[in-house]
Amino acid sequence: IYEVKDNVAVVRINDPTSKVNTLSRHMQAEMVEVMNEIWGNAAVKSVVLISRKPGCFIAGADINMIQACKTAEEVTSLSQEGQKIFDQVEKSPIPIVAAINGSCLGGGLEFAIACQYRIATKSKKTILGTPEVMLGLLPGAGGTQRLPKMVGLPAAFDMMLTGKNIRPDKAKKMGLVHQLVDPLGPGLKSPEERTIEYLEEVAVDFAKGLAGKKVTVEKKKGLVQKIQDFVMGLPPVRKQIYKTVHSKVMKQSKGLYPAPLKIIECIQTGIEKGNAAGYLTESQNFGKLAMTSESRALIGLYHGQVTCKKNHFGKPERDVKKLAVLGAGLMGAGIAQVTIDKGVATILKDTTEEGLARGHQQVYKGLNDKTKKKSLTTFERDGIMSLLSGQLDYRDFENADMVIEAVFEDLSIKHKVVKEVEAVIPPHCIFATNTSALPIKDIAAASKRPEKVIGMHYFSPVDKMQLLEIITTNKTSKDTTASAVAVGLKQGKVIIVVGDGPGFYTTRCLAPMLAEAVRALQEGVGPKKLDSLTTGFGFPVGAATLADEVGIDVAAHVAEDLGKAFGTRFGGGNVEVLKMMVQKGFKGRKSGKGCYVYGAKSKEKKVNSGAEDILKSFKLTAPPAVSADEDIQYRLVSRFVNEAVLCLQEGILPDPVQGDIGAVFGLGFPPCLGGPFRFVDSHGADKLVQKMKRFEEAYGNQFTPCQLLLDHAKDSSKRFHK
Amino acid sequence: MLTTNQSSYDLFCFILQRSKKEKCTFHFHNTTVNIFVAKSKKTLAKPGVKNIVLVDGVRTPFLQSGTIYADLMPHDLARAALQGLLNRTGLPKDAVDYIVYGTVIQEVKTSNVAREAALGAGFSDKTPAHTVTMACISSNQAMTTAVGLIAAGQCDAVVAGGVEFMSDVPIRHSRRMRKTMLSLNKAKTLGARLSLLGSIRLAHLAPELPAVAEFSTAETMGHSADRLAAAFGVSRLEQDEFALRSHTLAKKAQDSGLLSDVISFKVPGKDIVSKDNGIRPSTMEQMAKLKPAFIKPHGTVTAANSSFLTDGASAVLIMSEEKALAMGYKPKAYLRDFVYVSQDPKDQLLLGPTYATPKVLEKSGLTLNDIDVFEFHEAFAGQIMANLKAMESDWFAQTYMGRKTKVGAPPMEKFNSWGGSLSLGHPFAATGCRLVTTVAHRLQKEGGQYGLVAACAAGGQGHAMVIEAYPQ
Repeated sequence: IYEVKDNVAVVRINDPTSKVNTLSRHMQAEMVEVMNEIWGNAAVKSVVLISRKPGCFIAGADINMIQACKTAEEVTSLSQEGQKIFDQVEKSPIPIVAAINGSCLGGGLEFAIACQYRIATKSKKTILGTPEVMLGLLPGAGGTQRLPKMVGLPAAFDMMLTGKNIRPDKAKKMGLVHQLVDPLGPGLKSPEERTIEYLEEVAVDFAKGLAGKKVTVEKKKGLVQKIQDFVMGLPPVRKQIYKTVHSKVMKQSKGLYPAPLKIIECIQTGIEKGNAAGYLTESQNFGKLAMTSESRALIGLYHGQVTCKKNHFGKPERDVKKLAVLGAGLMGAGIAQVTIDKGVATILKDTTEEGLARGHQQVYKGLNDKTKKKSLTTFERDGIMSLLSGQLDYRDFENADMVIEAVFEDLSIKHKVVKEVEAVIPPHCIFATNTSALPIKDIAAASKRPEKVIGMHYFSPVDKMQLLEIITTNKTSKDTTASAVAVGLKQGKVIIVVGDGPGFYTTRCLAPMLAEAVRALQEGVGPKKLDSLTTGFGFPVGAATLADEVGIDVAAHVAEDLGKAFGTRFGGGNVEVLKMMVQKGFKGRKSGKGCYVYGAKSKEKKVNSGAEDILKSFKLTAPPAVSADEDIQYRLVSRFVNEAVLCLQEGILPDPVQGDIGAVFGLGFPPCLGGPFRFVDSHGADKLVQKMKRFEEAYGNQFTPCQLLLDHAKDSSKRFHK
Repeated sequence: MLTTNQSSYDLFCFILQRSKKEKCTFHFHNTTVNIFVAKSKKTLAKPGVKNIVLVDGVRTPFLQSGTIYADLMPHDLARAALQGLLNRTGLPKDAVDYIVYGTVIQEVKTSNVAREAALGAGFSDKTPAHTVTMACISSNQAMTTAVGLIAAGQCDAVVAGGVEFMSDVPIRHSRRMRKTMLSLNKAKTLGARLSLLGSIRLAHLAPELPAVAEFSTAETMGHSADRLAAAFGVSRLEQDEFALRSHTLAKKAQDSGLLSDVISFKVPGKDIVSKDNGIRPSTMEQMAKLKPAFIKPHGTVTAANSSFLTDGASAVLIMSEEKALAMGYKPKAYLRDFVYVSQDPKDQLLLGPTYATPKVLEKSGLTLNDIDVFEFHEAFAGQIMANLKAMESDWFAQTYMGRKTKVGAPPMEKFNSWGGSLSLGHPFAATGCRLVTTVAHRLQKEGGQYGLVAACAAGGQGHAMVIEAYPQ
């Protein structure tokens, strides 16, 4: 499995069963075997560790291996095995060079930092990082112990607490890698293949240099580095850092996520109490974290996301090579941006020059911001922009393969647009409508070919929000769905495909929660308090702020439409509150005023006194039995969850996985709870139903649990996720 | 094969059009005749296309920048080349219809350096002149512009050339500083001026230096060359060997007086210069000691195997054959087909020759074997070796060039045998004329019929031209 070149053993990692290398039990065992053989081979003076997979060094530990464990002790012993292997690597009598091309994450990075030397390619695919925290875990194979020593305390905290990916240039600056190698272009082999070969050649040279003491591992420290090391050497300074980081984590996570706190504990123990204590704490905390519901929830989301990044409807008959977007508003321009971004020519049509100019500028700004972050060059930006054709007429629509309309949410306008567009597009062209609540079949009623009509519900801002909700009617053809999913995947979206109905899945779940939020506001819970209650439950954005972000006008519109469709279940708050706010011009962030006032640059958000006045005029008395803080939280969440479960019951939602993904990625449902369905599983349907019954008594049928939820409450063996 | 009863005249014409060493079988009245057609290749003259000739070409000595030319301006060097051409050819100044000149790093004061140089060189002020730029193939562009003017019947005699002056390059104020200074001109009140002056920060004073880097990718050419060499697996040793070869051959050519295109130039305030000063054959051991210049520490491109920054100018006289003969000239060569190509400026920046060579050969109906003299621009030894490997690769030809087979690499004994840009120097916009003039001279000296010039250029562009010896 390894080859000796000039006294350098080259170990080429390649998991034949997968597209990426992961540290599975099997791979670890094999690794140990190979390393022992190498250490026993007197002819070998140094080692190069490299992956044969283009775009992947080692993507991390095998998650399934961790999930298969039943107890914390089992996971702890897994961690200790890993620690032991990497300890041997660290203490290797001959130098080991990790040659990194592609993703080097989690356990892969821990492996690499146990080696004596690291060389990485500057490829766009090369990323280093410790993403464990995003799965509710921690780097459990020595990462929490080695990283602080390697990159310093602040950088180590940053890496492990955010889990962010580090690009090669940054990694070199941080001291995470020693050398960088440029990716190569066409030569006598494909660029990918030759780049790996070249990396290996360079790594072998360095390995020889290390063995012959011609290359030193230690790099000269600059003045800044020396000062930082000195300062970090002072115990009171370190203590202050732990404290600051701890309070920052508490502020951001509201204490809902255990992993970051455990990471801090591991790092602190290692530095203050020495290696043995540090490694022990790391492995024990790793075991504990693996058993938490938060980690299960986050891992569930990870798996769900992987599922929702696949096209389950087959390959569409034809690729969408030209897309047309109608309406250059926030949504339309956002859709155009994520489309041209992936190399698909896009027409952006609006009815006015001002609208078009605004949309064009939005796209340009979105791309230009990337050049500032250096993830795009200005030439790449310009090349991408050249794919965008801004226009006021229907020129070139005869060559469009798909049209996505993002015009005003009004059925008669949408009908007009369907007819206009169908007069100019070719027969194969798909008509997708980006609406957040109007039933697709009502829009399709104006179409001559309803099988080509589909809903594509994007979330704002389109270039940041990962979710795309695709809505099919009973007339939508499978190929149309396949094509819409393919386009969405190309745009980088996580996709759920749901059935048609007012509000589909996401809007339908959000509306009752917002109605309850309005209710709470009417009962005198201030916007700030409401926000802190919701963020305290784990929502990334508070309910009042969310309403401002969505737009009070949109919320009013949706509340009224869905109220008509679903009746009292969507009651609670008074729609007139929202309508009155719209009337006064309090449309949310976009108009500068909503629940809050959005002043220029002031950090502290001020509550809009105008909105408070309106709320006072609609004041209701809060029933004391159900108005404790926790009650308000559960009133909001239970209505969301009940509606989600009802969507599954009614078949709007095909499965709980998509329900969880849609709620978390589209609506910000607390990720630590893993989505409404996982929440029911972990919280207990019976307990939730009990709470709802109590609320029902006070408020009425908007809190009546749906049948499926009752079924789960009755039978505790019933679970949405196995 | 031919199986008709052709007249002997037709047969004669046919034989002329066959390339050399080809076995032709003819059937005359049931008698089979095998003729081995010897050295008489076909001419590349095309019906209805004017024959365009290179009358002569000259260049100033190419000097490392910062040496004897250091105090000149670009148009001074260009003027020297133009005057040298006039002296060499004895051309009456008013016989020139047009002047086209190339330059890359522009002196902003003489942005149309062609005109400034021509005025001082004593050309008639009635002769228009314009400047072209296309990186390292700027003077190739000047020459082909001249060819175009003549072919279109608009001119009969055109002077083309190029100049590069790296001893002085425009260093600018920062954009912020420039903006402030421009606003200062417009400020009306003292207060406005003072507030503008007050807005200047120390950082604004940092100058902007020109770099030999791609604007589109921000990668320096040496860096790209190093990656290219690595992509084709060109070793440091191969590069050093090629660089040494270039210097050795250049030295030999210089010593044996073969570089007859070089004119002597009395530099104002200095001595007469009559030799290139960058030719320095070294040893492999010495070259091996150098550290990589761009990709550190594991790169392979060093100062010794790259072309160096050079000052120099060149000029050629191009005419229609009729005009040249009418004026009593004995032309040196025909300028035949030429092509420009372009590719990805990031990963294929310096592969111009690979793309241009098969294209121009096809245009002329020739194969690589027909070419007697090759002159390729040597930007970096690694770049030349990479191009040679690419030209030898069927896989590359099929995967990246959409061709069925490779074009093949030129045989080294015909390749840059009087040195090249690595040793003679590479004043960016002057190199093209040197290549063409050298081909003409080598064809005369070595008795070949066809020569091929090829070069790469910044921007991922390239050029090639077929040159045919003028019958002696």
